[in-house]
Amino acid sequence: MVLVVALLGPFLFSDFFTHTLLTQVFWYGIAAASLIFLFGYGGMVSLAQVSLYGIAGFVVGNAVTTGAAKGQHFGLDPWLGVVLAIVITTLIGLVLGALASRSFGIYFLMLTLTFAVLTNYFFGQVTVFGGFSGVSGIQLHTPGVIGNPNIHPNRLYYVALGTSVAVYLLIRYVVRTPFGVALQGIRDDPVRMSSLGYNVTLHRTLAFAFGAFISSLAGILFVWWNDHVDPASMDLSAVIDLLVIAVIGGLSRLEGAWLGAFVFVILNNYLRSVPGLGHVGISPERFHTAIGIVFLVIVLVSPSGLMGIWERLRNRVAGAGGSIGSAPPGEGPREPDSQPAAG
Amino acid sequence: MRSEFLSARPSQYFVRAVVFGAGAFALVWVVLWAPKTTYGPAVDDPIDFAKTFLDSMTLAGVLFVVASGFTLIFGLMRVVNMAHGSLYLLGGYIAYDLQQRLVHNANPGFGLLSSQVAVWQWVVPAIAASACIAVVGIVMQQGFLRWNQGQDLRQALITIALSIIIADQMLAHWPIQESVAWPGTFDRFVSIGSIDYSLARLFMLAVGVVVGIALWLWLNKTRTGMTIRAGVDDRQMVSAIGVNIQVTFAIAFLVGAALAGFGGVMGGSQFNLAPGQDGQWLLNSLVVVIIGGMGSLGGAAVGAILYGTVLTFSGVYLPTTGNDCCTQYSVVFTFALLAIVLAFRPQGLFGRPG
Repeated sequence: MVLVVALLGPFLFSDFFTHTLLTQVFWYGIAAASLIFLFGYGGMVSLAQVSLYGIAGFVVGNAVTTGAAKGQHFGLDPWLGVVLAIVITTLIGLVLGALASRSFGIYFLMLTLTFAVLTNYFFGQVTVFGGFSGVSGIQLHTPGVIGNPNIHPNRLYYVALGTSVAVYLLIRYVVRTPFGVALQGIRDDPVRMSSLGYNVTLHRTLAFAFGAFISSLAGILFVWWNDHVDPASMDLSAVIDLLVIAVIGGLSRLEGAWLGAFVFVILNNYLRSVPGLGHVGISPERFHTAIGIVFLVIVLVSPSGLMGIWERLRNRVAGAGGSIGSAPPGEGPREPDSQPAAG
Repeated sequence: MRSEFLSARPSQYFVRAVVFGAGAFALVWVVLWAPKTTYGPAVDDPIDFAKTFLDSMTLAGVLFVVASGFTLIFGLMRVVNMAHGSLYLLGGYIAYDLQQRLVHNANPGFGLLSSQVAVWQWVVPAIAASACIAVVGIVMQQGFLRWNQGQDLRQALITIALSIIIADQMLAHWPIQESVAWPGTFDRFVSIGSIDYSLARLFMLAVGVVVGIALWLWLNKTRTGMTIRAGVDDRQMVSAIGVNIQVTFAIAFLVGAALAGFGGVMGGSQFNLAPGQDGQWLLNSLVVVIIGGMGSLGGAAVGAILYGTVLTFSGVYLPTTGNDCCTQYSVVFTFALLAIVLAFRPQGLFGRPG
């Protein structure tokens, strides 16, 4: 049903709501889905997903723009830019994954956070790729099918929607392949899987590279939507924004990625106009305080996010009495409450 | 360590060769070659080389003070305090506000000159700010983290949420760049041999050394320290033999947070305080403890020295002339340092496996 509403989106809602907000929800959701895939099925909380989509954005920006644009402005064919962005981002993901995949649990989180902040500084300092002010004018160089998103916003909307659905189905498929099942085994007990002859490091590295691939799709949609990419779009607050999206939606359910993105984007846009909040210290500029409080409450009350609350409600209504952890161990994604065996 | 060194796999020889090769190249570059850099090779300009070396050691002093708090909290409680950078910045800002009240500013509208600041007008804000941050740390730990013990991911998320809120509220109160003023007594140059060097920076190094020694004595020679070390090894066992481990946790969190706050005062005096530096110093703490090994005090010292050296030298001894004059590659070297250490020892130089 959500899908039907989304398909009819441009006819139901205002232009601003559809093109500015919902398109943003889709690419945010794709990025969050890569994070949720890595956590839910690989047991890895990666904070590097924002940097990976930022890298993809910078690759597109440097590859396709021409003339006076900052950075390298190679002026390549837009499709070639897309391919380059995907390939380069996935390769970087492979390298980072190889470095990080021997760390588990909270160490992995810290390591990927370090990658993320270093990537941000890298693009801020290295002027040959655009430097601190970034690359602009990308919307003029999108593939012909999409055209300039400023003139044909519906096309980008449907491309983003289609990519979201494709990413969702792809992840659902991958976790059912032997690779995905082995990955979940490694998530639950790396030592045992290693004893059974599985290459733990390799599986985690490949999973990370797959997450980077999904992030690169989000990055490409992001620069088409935003027209501009700069280091600030991948700084620490952007990293935390994506984590907030994933946690609000629910770290253990893939659908939560888009739900979290929706809630985040709506809060981001409409919280400013809620009257009365200014009196309790949350003026319009203090959006992040509000987001921080929402985030804190969700982490404290329901670690499995809004999807977790939804499932608990559904179980209660159905009278099944099942708890949130009703899925048998080894199948389906892991709940954030449970801890990895190695730490 | 020694036996592991001998029983290396062939692939580890390769890694080792790369590490030593990179180190040797860096040494040769700085000492003999270094074309197109600010100072040129060290043999031609030993004085600036020595100053750069002192810069890196004094930076390591602050890095160690901040990171030792981070590693103390992690080592005992397995809490990755993602709000550590926020505590650093908040400490600096509190000291700034206190100092503004204590010192009569001769030219309003401008920053304080260090000549107007007496020693006590720096020391009192510094200690008061550290105490405030210690209280903030205790509130964080008792209010949010204590009842989530053992869930390290959830605790990390909680501290991230707190850091978002603290950062946004700090932005509201201190929207522009500020700086704590060193006292005039520190803010001058002293001669070491033929080098004139900032006394304030030497003071930072001295504080780093003193904090290191004090922490070592505390952890190794006192009863509380003994409990903490036992708690690092086996929390359940310590509480099972009748030690109130919760009190120990609270003390460790208090000290760790106060160290972040005090580091913020020093960093805010030598460098500056600005929105966004909370993330910068969280990164600094993370890099130091990832290099040195989580939860190890000696590791934090070695990590701070390595990171401070790479950060300072890559800022000065890299070619800067030419078309891309403004490109700084120093961050690439930080990443390289991290990658080399991790390829060598995934748990950090002094970390325990697993």
